[in-house]
Amino acid sequence: MASAIGTVQILEEHMSNKNGHSTQGGVGSFKVKTGLAQMLKGGVIMDVVTPEQAIIAERAGAVAVMALERVPADIRAQGGVARMSDPGLIKEIIQSVTIPVMAKARIGHFVEAQILEAIGVDYIDESEVLTPADEEHHIYKHPFKVPFVCGCRNLGEALRRIGEGAAMIRTKGEAGTGDVVEAVRHARTVLGEIRRLQLMPDEELMSYAKTIGAPYALVKETKDLGRLPVVNFAAGGIATPADAALMMQIGVDGVFVGSGIFKSADPAPRAKAIVEATTHYNNPEILARVSENLGEPMVGINVSSLPESEQLAVRGW
Amino acid sequence: MKIGVLALQGAFIEHIKILRDLGVEAVEVRLPEDLEGLDGLIIPGGESTTIGKLATMYHFMEPLREFAARKAMWGTCAGMIFMAKEIGDGRSNHGQPLLAIMDILVDRNAFGRQVDSFEVDLDVPVINNGAVAPFPAVFIRAPRLVAVKGDTQVIARLADGTAVAAQEGKWLVTSFHPELTGDDRFHKYFLKLAA
Repeated sequence: MASAIGTVQILEEHMSNKNGHSTQGGVGSFKVKTGLAQMLKGGVIMDVVTPEQAIIAERAGAVAVMALERVPADIRAQGGVARMSDPGLIKEIIQSVTIPVMAKARIGHFVEAQILEAIGVDYIDESEVLTPADEEHHIYKHPFKVPFVCGCRNLGEALRRIGEGAAMIRTKGEAGTGDVVEAVRHARTVLGEIRRLQLMPDEELMSYAKTIGAPYALVKETKDLGRLPVVNFAAGGIATPADAALMMQIGVDGVFVGSGIFKSADPAPRAKAIVEATTHYNNPEILARVSENLGEPMVGINVSSLPESEQLAVRGW
Repeated sequence: MKIGVLALQGAFIEHIKILRDLGVEAVEVRLPEDLEGLDGLIIPGGESTTIGKLATMYHFMEPLREFAARKAMWGTCAGMIFMAKEIGDGRSNHGQPLLAIMDILVDRNAFGRQVDSFEVDLDVPVINNGAVAPFPAVFIRAPRLVAVKGDTQVIARLADGTAVAAQEGKWLVTSFHPELTGDDRFHKYFLKLAA
């Protein structure tokens, strides 16, 4: 980990000098940003829309909550422009729990990110679940003291986001559907590309970096490490303890559960069961026990029935 | 020498990697029976509420107390909170379970939120064998030691005097994360306590 983060820091210093920000060492360094994500590993991050839900999530053992006005399933159902949540609501959620609180900003909307940083959010999700504010550029994340997590569908996208300063990566999956198929596709794509990268001789890396549109230095680091240089969670469609354990066995570091908990019939036991399944992902006896009698999961949408115009994962560049 | 790392949640793989690089057998501990045959246990950084709840659910509390009575134990960040006899941050802890092993009072999230997390070089005489190389300490939503009691000794302080690491016999606690640095001196020191 240390060597990988070293390279990212070089990129960061180079770029932050140009920008007049000092993010080396001390507060807001890349190490403390990626470090928080390392502390979240093996854990479950849950979407919540009220302080009461945040407390239920914390009591169930969530490592963090994502504070939102609407979960992705409702954003999908209601349509319209989805924006950053009301800072007042996010502050109420921050006051209600001791675990870290994340919040979403629109892709490219750096002013929403500035507002979220100002109110003390612990992590910003630059998220395709909200309506993008910029169809060409993501937020330049290095100058912020607050760390960012970004979605990806493949290795090139993951490394572009890390190059911009993301301190944590997640698969996009297809949020608000309760269908895990896209999270599996994206995790398998990223992890498979890393496995193939490890077999490439160094002289092929520059051309590969060009092909996938990723910074060369990060391609090289990823090859040397055999994993992404930052923590990598699964997100988008996880609805059951078995879904969470599936993603962990495929090889991610932890899971986000969006609509899957508070759109189910009985959220508290389901939240607790998904936490247990994420820790004991390799133990089928425990997975069987925690999967019993959880009531109805969220009503799902089959992703293959969604027209491309309604797919959120295609947002991001 | 065989060292376990509590693997309920958090940065356990980082500890295991450093231990293995030091030539030590290191294993993930997910159930109480995994404690069998270990010479020492590390409780890693993570979310202390999550680790405490999972430890309670999986009947770890008494086995961990019995283990600590005989063996070395080291808590980093969340692990330090979990090992404390008392925590106080002026807010509801929603019934957070504590092992209550070490005679320390710990303040959770004592330095603020994530935007206040920081790195600093620390002088830690016990790990240095007389040399004076500072230890690169990474503080992430870190706790601090408000008070140490009985035989507990503070072994590292910030420049302003805030206590951030302590030792009581074979027990060690650090507010910061030696597992996130390339510096293995704290791990070597813990192995001496476990030997």
